Amino acid sequence: MSPAREARPERIGPARTLRQIRALAWRSILQIRHNPFELGDYSIQPIIFLVLFLFVFGGAVAGSTADYLRFILPGVIVMNMAFVTTYVGHGLNADLTKGIFNRLRALPIARAAPLAGRICADLVKQAWSVALLLAVGFLLGFRMEAPWPGALAMIALLLVFALALSWIMVLAGVLARDPEHVQIFGYTTLFPITFVSSAFVPVETMPAWLQPVVGANPISLLTDACRGLLLGGPVLAPAAGALLWAAGIAAVFVPLSLWALRRRLARG
Amino acid sequence: MTPDGITAHGLTRRFGATTALDGVDLAVPRGSVLGLLGPNGAGKTTVVRILATLLEADAGSASVGGFDVRTQAHEVRRRIGLTGQYASVDEKLTGRENLKLIARLLDLDRRTATQRTDTLLAEFDLADAADRPVLGYSGGMRRRLDLAASLVGRPAFLFLDEPTTGLDPRARLALWRLVRRLVAEGTTVLLTTQYLEEADALADRIVVLDRGRVIAEGTADELKARVGAQTLVVRAQDPAQLPELVAILEAVSGQRAETDERRASVPAADPALLPQVLRRLDGAGIAVDELLLRGASLDDVFLALTGHHAESADDDTEDAA
Repeated sequence: MSPAREARPERIGPARTLRQIRALAWRSILQIRHNPFELGDYSIQPIIFLVLFLFVFGGAVAGSTADYLRFILPGVIVMNMAFVTTYVGHGLNADLTKGIFNRLRALPIARAAPLAGRICADLVKQAWSVALLLAVGFLLGFRMEAPWPGALAMIALLLVFALALSWIMVLAGVLARDPEHVQIFGYTTLFPITFVSSAFVPVETMPAWLQPVVGANPISLLTDACRGLLLGGPVLAPAAGALLWAAGIAAVFVPLSLWALRRRLARG
Repeated sequence: MTPDGITAHGLTRRFGATTALDGVDLAVPRGSVLGLLGPNGAGKTTVVRILATLLEADAGSASVGGFDVRTQAHEVRRRIGLTGQYASVDEKLTGRENLKLIARLLDLDRRTATQRTDTLLAEFDLADAADRPVLGYSGGMRRRLDLAASLVGRPAFLFLDEPTTGLDPRARLALWRLVRRLVAEGTTVLLTTQYLEEADALADRIVVLDRGRVIAEGTADELKARVGAQTLVVRAQDPAQLPELVAILEAVSGQRAETDERRASVPAADPALLPQVLRRLDGAGIAVDELLLRGASLDDVFLALTGHHAESADDDTEDAA
């Protein structure tokens, strides 16, 4: 090898890396345009959930649908956030099994770009479905009782938590045989976790032995913080709890997922 | 050996207990086409993945365009295109969006990106389907888009991993034409295939891989001379006469015959073989109800070179996955 060809240390600057992540996030968003069913999953599905819960359980749980809407809207927003994270794993798995991930890795782009692009696109989907649920809630009669920046703070809190939770789905996406298994994993774990929480019914109505579990559940903490930010009431304690969970999840699942991904890529 | 082409020395790679590559040497001079021929599990895809910087070798070294695939991976990636069973396009996007995505990732400016995308779509006969999602494309269209996607960056080196597996003959010929044009423009190509015919049609030189080892190397003609360009297949009307038939074929060709229930076959390198065989059969009074000369297959090459058939490896985690 001639000395003229000695390696320039490979550096992809932060600006280029960001452009690459943006291009890959753009791709994930474009996919929705040609696959409207996916849009239905995080647009129509949460609305159906909201409306069903509201009119079926509202009278029984809260005495009236108006009161229940106040209670349940933050809960549905949090539940939906959790379910939307499954798309990270679903999409990653599809890229891995169909060879798109390899095509991207053979390009002269930042090594982190493919995964980061996925996760960023997911955050866009998250923000969209939170905004949509707030709008539908408003049409149904929900009114903010806390100052309006609370809504922005809620979105920020939800995105931070979603970012951490996404890494569990990244791991599922790496380990699963096909995208459908990621979806099944997501639903079977998230359904019990979201229901054994303060999202849909007041904790006080549950058996005493279950209440501590519900209280420690990150979905409960997140829901309580969102209620506080939209309606007034305690925010700091539940938000701190939720963020602590997010940090814990990230601390475990970021390294674990990256290790599993490297292993899968080395195996082929 | 040109340092500017593709070279590999002693590439070794294990997957658990399986040795996928066991000391593979390769040299592809710049501007030429190397055909890597072998059955599933022979290690073809592993070679491509190592050269395309997707996988590290356990031992050995390789370079593309003078850049080491391990220590100068980024420089290698700037010069290669990868198409085939291990690289793919996004089915949920349109053909145009797929190419645009690559162009944006390569940091092409908007005008160049649009221009190059349009040109590739037109050249690859995809202009009409450009704005439809790939999900609805035929197999041939997908492969063409896949190839187009690997050309957005104008790579000097192209890896084609079984580019026509699963395509119908017409689509295969169309893809061959595209590859020939790229080669004429100076692209260096490493092609893996299970078809001797394909390696013969496209490659300047052929390397035959078996269970992770290079077992033969040469031009298509050299290989055919060793193997027999064609195989003579004869079926006896009366199965009882098969042993006699085999004796005649082996005596005339000087090579061992392969048999199934009623058929016998021998490599037929010499064109004079056929009339000789016919005379002998006639003389022995053996009635024949099938007699054909067919082109050598991968299996024939393997049989001639290794004495065993081209079996796929049991472990399908490697090539077949």
